[in-house]
Amino acid sequence: MAEIAYWEAIRRAHDEEMARDPMVIAMGEDIGVAGGTYKATAGLYDKYGESRIIDCPISENSYTGIGIGASMAGMRPVIEIMSINFALLALDTIVNAAAKIRYMSGGQIACPIVMRTPGGTAHQLAAQHSARLARMFMSTSGLRVVTPRGPLDAYGMLKSAIRSNDPVIIIEHEQMYNLKEEIPDEEFFRPLEGAEVIREGTDITLIGYNYSVHLCLEAAKRLEADGVSAEVIDLRSLKPIDRETIRESVEKTHKVVVAEEDEAPVGVGSEIITGIMEDCFFALDSQPVRVHAADVPVPYNYKLEKAAIPNADDVYHGALKALGKI
Amino acid sequence: MKDADKKRLLREMIFFRRFEDRTFEAYMERKIGGFLHLYSGQEAVATGVLEMANVGQGDKNDYVITGYRDHVHAIKTGAPAREVMAELYGKETGSSKGRGGSMHIFDASQNFMGGYALVGQPFPLAAGLALACKHKGTKQIAICFLGDGANNQGTFHETMNMASIWNLPVLFVCENNGYAIGTHIDRSTAQLDQYKRVDTAYNMKSSQHEGMDIENVLPAAKAAIDYVRNEQKPYFIEFMTYRFRGHSMSDAKGYRSKEEEAEWEKRDPIKIFSKKLIDAGVVTAKDIKAMEKEIDNEIENDIIKFAEEGPEPRIEDLNKYVLDDNPDPRWIGPLQK
Ligand SMILES: Cc1ncc(C[n+]2csc(CCOP(=O)(O)OP(=O)(O)O)c2C)c(N)n1
Ligand SMILES: [Mg+2]
Repeated sequence: MAEIAYWEAIRRAHDEEMARDPMVIAMGEDIGVAGGTYKATAGLYDKYGESRIIDCPISENSYTGIGIGASMAGMRPVIEIMSINFALLALDTIVNAAAKIRYMSGGQIACPIVMRTPGGTAHQLAAQHSARLARMFMSTSGLRVVTPRGPLDAYGMLKSAIRSNDPVIIIEHEQMYNLKEEIPDEEFFRPLEGAEVIREGTDITLIGYNYSVHLCLEAAKRLEADGVSAEVIDLRSLKPIDRETIRESVEKTHKVVVAEEDEAPVGVGSEIITGIMEDCFFALDSQPVRVHAADVPVPYNYKLEKAAIPNADDVYHGALKALGKI
Repeated sequence: MKDADKKRLLREMIFFRRFEDRTFEAYMERKIGGFLHLYSGQEAVATGVLEMANVGQGDKNDYVITGYRDHVHAIKTGAPAREVMAELYGKETGSSKGRGGSMHIFDASQNFMGGYALVGQPFPLAAGLALACKHKGTKQIAICFLGDGANNQGTFHETMNMASIWNLPVLFVCENNGYAIGTHIDRSTAQLDQYKRVDTAYNMKSSQHEGMDIENVLPAAKAAIDYVRNEQKPYFIEFMTYRFRGHSMSDAKGYRSKEEEAEWEKRDPIKIFSKKLIDAGVVTAKDIKAMEKEIDNEIENDIIKFAEEGPEPRIEDLNKYVLDDNPDPRWIGPLQK
């Protein structure tokens, strides 16, 4: 076991998979000579050369499309998009091509690409660099969408994503690249499906994904000080969603809060809560609570940004509401 | 080229024309749904270019990709015509098991990588197929057929640039029929000569050719394909052509004159090649009549019959092919608790 940072975990997964399979390549802006905006491919250009660590011009839609085309002929491209905001330019090739080619070819052709991109707010990056947008991808048939919460999943899920035969979108977070965690030294895999109970509790269920998992964990600590036992679930996969793990937890705790960093209308929270209504409505003792961002483009000003984006305090207060304490 | 091959090419073009005519009838009988875009008039381009490529040899084929006007490209690459027709009928026996339809013909066994409805989307996919060929060192190339209208998409510019800087073995075939649905090229496009849009801008070799006479297409295509394969670099080839029918089925063609249509019909690729072969004594008018009869017979008694008789997909299979149907649990899960 060694403690490594999130970015190092991604780098290690790239390195091992590229060493194992010559069909694995990485593509993206500034990932090669420059070493990668988040250092996720640092040093790999020197090791694997320019034909496998491909520095791309600023043409998100078409280099993603080139990766998809290469995957149709048996390659395994890992495409880094610098920010999920820029992934909007690649929506045609992701949503209209990668997600649909297997289906419209009657199962003849797979598109085993991985697209990695950070989605989340960081430090006053303002409206055009703070999109979260997981909800946009999780609403598309034919994609897998996963959100590693730390180095363990960042490494293990990227390895699984590269080997899976489906197009996988991995949503990372600018504020998590330096997050550290102990992970095994020997090779391991973390499956792309399945939510995970990462803290057991009996009184309330807090559900998060990506960065909001950490807000849930922090809120759970505060609740513990109040004598409330909170269970925390990391969704891990937004497509497909593991409804069974959620149902089991809600049937135990009877109260639920869903925390997302994105704006609320049409989001992860609405989808999760709808699932709870359908699966275990009668297990609920109080109305479910959504914690989410304000319905505004993310502001630049520090105080405004803080007010727009949910934090652990908001999750804590959401829990108090679900518990009937406020 | 041997006389027998010339005769075969003429027969192929007549077959493609009659195949498309028959899909038109089936559409009118409501046997075919959705959008249906016919290739009539442009036969010399796909037939001529693909004649010079590696096709009909299964996984050794060059990769071929195109837009929604894709039936002929698929068949010439090696997709069985009866399966293409069955696809139009939405049958399980169709090229894409009835999941794709006219605009999404696929035959992976022949490296025919599809039929796409999004104008311009195949550009990067083609470059990606070429990247894979180069990476594996197979000497296969990718061939991308698209219309003049597609060149106004961002993917055109982005892909030409990357294909050029990365020296990808891809042939871009521009079938310039002068129209994007009902908009004439001179109302949509600043540079009317498409091949000029890549030469200095993207440092890519390119050329323009008359595209109604297959004997013009064949040598031009051969030179371009040889260049792409041997130099491992992209090439953009433009053919001037015309579609005889409307853009799709619901097109009254109000945007073009009868005179213009009549002018182009004089340059019907089948008429041109028939006349040349008759004049050269390769075939007689009687031979052609016999060919037509034989083709109609094949279309009716084999192709249409196969399409009519094939089963529909089963409703129980609705959710098949969305993701890998037999995923490896090590990568996919479930997560061990
Ligand atoms: C992205 C996108 N925009 C618009 C359309 C609608 N559309 C379908 S075909 C077409 C014209 C394309 O013309 P061209 O590329 O010249 O091909 P042609 O039909 O002449 O073969 C348009 C606008 C579409 N299918 N996709
Ligand atoms: Mg056109």
